[in-house]
Amino acid sequence: MSSPAEKAPREKAPGDSAEERERAELARTWRKRSGKLGLLFSVDHKTIGKRYIITAFVFFLVGGLEAAAMRLQLARPESRFLNPDIYAQVFTMHGTTMMFFFAVPVMLGIGLYLVPLMVGTRNVPFPRLNAVGYWFYLMGGVLLYGTFVMNRGPDAGWFAYVPLSGNAYSAGHGMDAWVQIINFTEVSALIVAASLIVTVFKQRAPGMSLNRIPLFVWAILITMIMVIFAMPAVIFAAGSLNSDRSLGTHFFNPAEGGDALLWQHAFWFFGHPEVYIIFLPALGMVSSIISASTRRPIFGYTAMVLALVATAFLGFGLWVHHMFATGLPQMGEAFFTAASMMIAIPTGVQIFCWIATLWGSRPRWDVPFLFVLGFFFTFVIGGLTGVMLASVPVDLQLHDTFFVVAHFHYVLIGGAVFPLFGGVYHWFPKITGRMLGRTLGIWNFALLFVGFNLTFFPMHELGFHGMPRRVYTYSPDRGWNGLNLAASLGAALMAVAVALFLINVFRSLRRGARAGENPWNAETLEWATSSPPPAYNFVRIPVVASRSPLWDREGGGFVTGMPTDKRLLLVTHALDAEPSHREEVPGPSVNPFLISLTMGLGLIGSIFWLWWAVIGAFVSIPVAFLWYWTEEEP
Amino acid sequence: MKRIFVAAVFAANGCAYEALDRASPEASAITNLHWLIFWICVAVWVLVLAFLAVGLVRRGSTAAQDDRRRTLVVAGATGVSALLLLVMLTASVITGRAVATPAGPGALEIEVTGHQWWWEIRYPSSVSDRVVVTANELHVPVDRTVRLRLATNDVIHSLWIPNINGKKDLIPGRATSLTFRPRRIGTFGGRCAEFCGYQHAKMGLLLIVQPPADFEAWLDQQRQPSVEPAETALEHGRDVFLHGPCATCHTIRGTAAFGHKAPDLTHLASRSTIAAASLPNTIGHLAGWVVDAQRIKPGNRMPPNLLSAPDLLDLVAYLRSLR
Repeated sequence: MSSPAEKAPREKAPGDSAEERERAELARTWRKRSGKLGLLFSVDHKTIGKRYIITAFVFFLVGGLEAAAMRLQLARPESRFLNPDIYAQVFTMHGTTMMFFFAVPVMLGIGLYLVPLMVGTRNVPFPRLNAVGYWFYLMGGVLLYGTFVMNRGPDAGWFAYVPLSGNAYSAGHGMDAWVQIINFTEVSALIVAASLIVTVFKQRAPGMSLNRIPLFVWAILITMIMVIFAMPAVIFAAGSLNSDRSLGTHFFNPAEGGDALLWQHAFWFFGHPEVYIIFLPALGMVSSIISASTRRPIFGYTAMVLALVATAFLGFGLWVHHMFATGLPQMGEAFFTAASMMIAIPTGVQIFCWIATLWGSRPRWDVPFLFVLGFFFTFVIGGLTGVMLASVPVDLQLHDTFFVVAHFHYVLIGGAVFPLFGGVYHWFPKITGRMLGRTLGIWNFALLFVGFNLTFFPMHELGFHGMPRRVYTYSPDRGWNGLNLAASLGAALMAVAVALFLINVFRSLRRGARAGENPWNAETLEWATSSPPPAYNFVRIPVVASRSPLWDREGGGFVTGMPTDKRLLLVTHALDAEPSHREEVPGPSVNPFLISLTMGLGLIGSIFWLWWAVIGAFVSIPVAFLWYWTEEEP
Repeated sequence: MKRIFVAAVFAANGCAYEALDRASPEASAITNLHWLIFWICVAVWVLVLAFLAVGLVRRGSTAAQDDRRRTLVVAGATGVSALLLLVMLTASVITGRAVATPAGPGALEIEVTGHQWWWEIRYPSSVSDRVVVTANELHVPVDRTVRLRLATNDVIHSLWIPNINGKKDLIPGRATSLTFRPRRIGTFGGRCAEFCGYQHAKMGLLLIVQPPADFEAWLDQQRQPSVEPAETALEHGRDVFLHGPCATCHTIRGTAAFGHKAPDLTHLASRSTIAAASLPNTIGHLAGWVVDAQRIKPGNRMPPNLLSAPDLLDLVAYLRSLR
């Protein structure tokens, strides 16, 4: 246990004037475009990562307000606070916001920020493309909330089952907009996936062979591979729905040979892996926090990695458990039950390995660790209720009830948001250079933990009593009143907890204790540079000789002789991370913003007039040429 | 007699409505499976948390032989998990087979069609005037296998009568069915479980399980055309119905009203609820529903009706005479 002050920053050997020169030249080479307009030029993975994280948290707050509105409506029976129309919009917006605009993007953002630092490189391989990803995401969000503010938000639920989401039952532009935001967010996710996969495979610091990759990076890598396989399914689904709605095709119309169930298959083939896309990065965060808190490497590294791979693999084989009530052949049911139960095994392996790591370790009880304990307590409940729901007969009773609402909030809040908050407390010092306040952090955790369980635990019971989900009200004589009131009170506690978190962030940004390079004495490379890191991340690219490079300094070192007058990345081999060659990456440019704008306008405009799609495409052509011609020569 | 029973049940805290009941062999099997899996899961959760707690308080070493022990424990725990999952999977598949047994030839076939936001219920017959059509109230005899043939008129709905069996979706272009064998006489609540639009919350129905003789009597009575108005006020009420907008959507067999967009009202007064089991069938609720259904279930398909007081009174009186 060493305090930040004791840590000798290892790059700043006094009197190393050659290094000072390198540092100055790197700063010049990697400098950002200054001025207000410079914001539109950013291509730094840290800047873009931070934008994702901050934007996603704004959406988290908005989605949370929507949840609060629903809990206010359901606090007592026959309430008239929200009418059924508004209620349908609010729960659709809540689901859409939390899944597409908070949970996935925040994980993408944290991955974008941390992965290049953890593998010891200077930027992602396609920085300008990466910038496009963020602008697409932002435009999708603006579009979605534009329709909602005009009281014409989508109202068919976040999984938008046809035919309810079709033209005949959801006329108007709310659903059209919903379909387009799928395109925006999924394109952005695919861009991040491409960037990070290449980063991990080709840009690792020399010596960081596959078996030395930090578990967090493994989690992100596997998640990004899942993104590549999952997102096309939903883009197909949304594209077909768009075409049914605006061109009059019949993909989902059984009267003309289409099939309403096709939507459900395509959507859940994406939708179920989506849960793991949110959840696997959170598992990576848990590993980072546990190893930093116990000052031990995670027990069973190979088992952990294989468990992540197995989860990702199985995650694609159980989408049908969302559709057990549609009437399936016995054989199919048994298969998907088996797959859904089997995924508990790799998750169990990880839980067991973490407990083995913690066993007798006397961990440091800081705020991130509290959130990890909250994760254990809640996520295991969510995982086990998932096992219950995997059984077809049990599911047929509990499907579409509040039991399911309880289940997936235990998985997503317990399994992803608790680690995420822990991760924010863990990495905030790296990102901002200041520690988050400890006392407020403990209150933040305690209220969130109590509020969360008070909100969602009673929902299990409500499900047993037959309360269906997505109802705007319920009758007072069902016996659901008390449990619903408890849930609503819990939601209020959660709101207070999130408010404390915000206060903590804003106070710490100005007055938090200075963090130093490695305040937790953690093992991975992101802690080997200053907090916040410079634009070029590391003065010299580290050479790695161990899984815990900051704990075992032996054999490590630095890459020397890399020119610093160009934006150069060191490309290494995928397996053993032997240096291969240098690759120049482009610097700041406004073209990513411009092309996102023209393409985005085409997509958004096409909601109102189809030909806008064509106009958008044509207007994008000159911008694309501009981009091509201003790209630096490699 | 049975109407009084139904009304009494409704007045006293609604009808039976609970997910883990045993009102049929199907529900019973599911409930057994449910509690088996539930208690296994509780045990696993307690064990995991207990191990975590012990691990946090004890002081341990990080020696190499310790690693070996930990490997064994993790592998053992994984093995036990796999074994428990296998037990649950087997139990689940066996129960699934039992619950999904196809109905034999003696089963009572009933067609249930979902509409936004009510249930059309049809007792088919090869003779056209013996077909019974009603809404939101499913009568079945006790101890006989019932097969519901499910279809939808618009979006996806899902039929769920929790005391009796799990749910089954009603999907456009697909035939689905739900089989059960009620073994307890009584009134059970049911509802739509899949979000189907604004009034999904109030798309309910009643399942009324009766002794076979009562059921046959009910069916016979439902086969009759509507009751002829016996007094001038009722006759006037019928005229209001037939000449107003009502007849464009509703059917009353034996009159000129044969609209198919809305529930069949031929024997409306024999039903204990209106508005898809969301209101008791009383004179006050019926009148309120006729005048302004939008206030009660915003977004439903019934338009408001501006009627003079005498017209309204006679219309409601006529509707309440349709036993």
